[in-house]
Amino acid sequence: MHLSSNDSRTVVKVGLASCGIAAGAQEVFDYLAEEIRTRNLPVRLERTGCLGMCFKEVLLEVLEEGNKSLLYGEITRDRAERILREHLEDGRPIKDWIIMGEGIHTPLENFFSKQRRIVLRNCGIIDPESIDDYQDAGGYQALERVLRSMSPEEVIEEVKGSGLRGRGGAGFPTGRKWEFARNAPGEPKYVVCNADEGDPGAFMDRSVLESDPHSVLEGLLIAGYAIGALEAYIYVRAEYPLAVKRLKVAIQQAEERGYLGKSILGTHFGCSIRILEGAGAFVCGEETALIASLEGRRGMPRFRPPFPATSGLWGKPTCINNVETLANIPWIIINGGKKFSECGIGKSRGSKVFALAGKINRGGLVEVPMGITLREVIFDIGGGIQNGGRLKAVQMGGPSGGCIPEALADTPIDYESVTGTGAIMGSGGMVVMDESTCMVDVAKFFLSFTQKESCGKCTFCRIGTLRMLEILERITDGKGHLRDLEILEDLAQKVKEASLCGLGQTAPNPVLTTIRYFKDEYEAHIEKRRCPAKKCRALISFEIIPEKCTGCRACALCCPTEAVSGEKKKPHRIDQVKCIKCGMCLDSCKVDAILVK
Amino acid sequence: MAKEMNGEMDKESLRQLLEKHESEPGALIPILQEIQESFGYLPEEALVFVSEEVGIPLGKIYGVVTFYSQLYLSPRGKNIIRVCHGTACHIGGAERISEAVSEELGVGEGATTEDGEFTVERVACLGCCSLAPCVMVNDETHARLSPRKIKRIVKKYRKTRVD
Ligand SMILES: Cc1cc2nc3c(=O)[nH]c(=O)nc-3n(C[C@H](O)[C@H](O)[C@H](O)COP(=O)(O)O)c2cc1C
Ligand code: FES
Repeated sequence: MHLSSNDSRTVVKVGLASCGIAAGAQEVFDYLAEEIRTRNLPVRLERTGCLGMCFKEVLLEVLEEGNKSLLYGEITRDRAERILREHLEDGRPIKDWIIMGEGIHTPLENFFSKQRRIVLRNCGIIDPESIDDYQDAGGYQALERVLRSMSPEEVIEEVKGSGLRGRGGAGFPTGRKWEFARNAPGEPKYVVCNADEGDPGAFMDRSVLESDPHSVLEGLLIAGYAIGALEAYIYVRAEYPLAVKRLKVAIQQAEERGYLGKSILGTHFGCSIRILEGAGAFVCGEETALIASLEGRRGMPRFRPPFPATSGLWGKPTCINNVETLANIPWIIINGGKKFSECGIGKSRGSKVFALAGKINRGGLVEVPMGITLREVIFDIGGGIQNGGRLKAVQMGGPSGGCIPEALADTPIDYESVTGTGAIMGSGGMVVMDESTCMVDVAKFFLSFTQKESCGKCTFCRIGTLRMLEILERITDGKGHLRDLEILEDLAQKVKEASLCGLGQTAPNPVLTTIRYFKDEYEAHIEKRRCPAKKCRALISFEIIPEKCTGCRACALCCPTEAVSGEKKKPHRIDQVKCIKCGMCLDSCKVDAILVK
Repeated sequence: MAKEMNGEMDKESLRQLLEKHESEPGALIPILQEIQESFGYLPEEALVFVSEEVGIPLGKIYGVVTFYSQLYLSPRGKNIIRVCHGTACHIGGAERISEAVSEELGVGEGATTEDGEFTVERVACLGCCSLAPCVMVNDETHARLSPRKIKRIVKKYRKTRVD
């Protein structure tokens, strides 16, 4: 939506996806809108989505005459005021705040150079609530081409030729899935977009839905045409209100332009799209559970086969694809499957979006060619570890995945190589850990997640994960035995083998990979009753170094249990009985006088 | 947000809600979500009514309600505080954020303050992981938090109410 009708030359864009908004972008946007109006500036203010540089939010881009772009980072309302005055009114850009721009050298130049943006092609560039913007960027041309000049079989061939595999985690070849659904007997057929993105630490789908919702709709409609579906569903996670809002806007706009409805673009193909919001159950991301939830039931997975492609929603052939998978489709149709497959290695073609988070300098969203190494992603694109720390491990695949140690950082990112490490490619969460992260705690964290989210149908998943969790709790409490590691591995194997769906089958992966690569850390907890990363509260204690303490009372004032005592200007001490080891004193101390043991 | 269920009037709006979904098979969850939207939770009378009108056994409806963590059988606070305990937030110190919230409000996770102002929840990932740790208050996400910062934010929500 172009907020100002006078077609001025300078365009200002503010990134308004939820990451930007959380950092204060809405306030900056509203302020600029008001000021541009009252000062009557020849500036057009636009909304855009997520550019992926979450670490520099709030982002503000100034596009001058001839499309020269200057990108400002870490903008606040006050900074926006100065940009308005000096750059927009007086024509003097503020060099210190520019993080990227033509002819300007900044450390961030290489953030994009190693990326290959196919899914994210429009993210952070177009206004997600403007179908005009999407069309100006070539949007809906793929749908037009498909409906006017391709048979469903030709569409499927093109997608097969691209080598695209499902980006939701399992990596099943998309073209083949479509072919199964197309050839399966039974009418009507359904297509479903899986936007339940539940892996903690992953936000690829949210970002795409908030930044470029039309590309997902277009991909979904092409899938519908290819398999012969008249109805499509998008199942969105409950925690993503902005994604739902933007999808609704996009659906209405697509209807108005004739891209949705009974006769799309005047052809014989018709398809409607409905949005359903999840109600807070991680397992509903699993395709058969998702179908149960769409049917209004408890979201419990069922045994496969039959696969949804032959018997899905209401027992009819149903094609379920992930958000990112679908966002690739329009690009593949326009540029050709061959072009897509030129990128990547082995059986992993194209690009993959990753959500970088954790102890990394440049946390955000990146899209890289398959085959790039983990090290390149973390260091060249992600800028390395925060506060000059050392990379310890990177977690891929969320609760179904595993921790890959620094020693394997040169592993190329493709489905097979990542699986070889014991982790999985997963949906794209990449959480970076440094020396301050306790790997036993991480394993416990994931297991408590899967244990809680287990739907309870299979005994091993329901009870096996609980027994494993109890053991891990025992270990982090300093009450473990060496035999526990054997029991853990044995249980892990059984849970993997005896569970019905992917949740249980993969739940032990975080435990198995941490035991495999960080056994010494488990042993330290068990034998020495020590947590090397100093994270597990039962195994650490806080003390004040008297020589360093200035008696400023900062820690005493913030201690929630009044465990710190001492006279002003004299060294203080911590009462170990009262101390709950929350670490508040550590944060408050300005002279580094708190020692963690 | 929370309304009382009283008599004919609400039955009528419930009936309209059900009619809207009549043509959609399996729409139980959206129906429940809409009821919750207007009452703040799922009152028993409403569930009985849905069961009778739609012909789904009450036990089945109850089964669905208890399966999903975001369908509630009892009233909740006016402000919902969701503390993220996803991977990135966990590593970024979510436990301490939770502690700060419960210190400020005097209730733990899953509980509602006595005055009915706040309900504190624990969620797994708000999708803002690169700005961890995060907390969502109602529909607004707050990022890059510290224990001190979240206390300030909670105080602000408390104030807006008094004004
Ligand atoms: C426990 C569990 C959770 C899952 N969550 C998701 C999810 O949030 N999003 C998703 O796209 N796929 C998820 N999947 C994978 C789906 O079952 C399915 O493979 C996928 O949606 C297929 O789409 P694709 O072929 O495009 O990847 C999950 C699987 C399991 C076992
Ligand atoms: S882990 Fe907290 S927002 Fe994702």
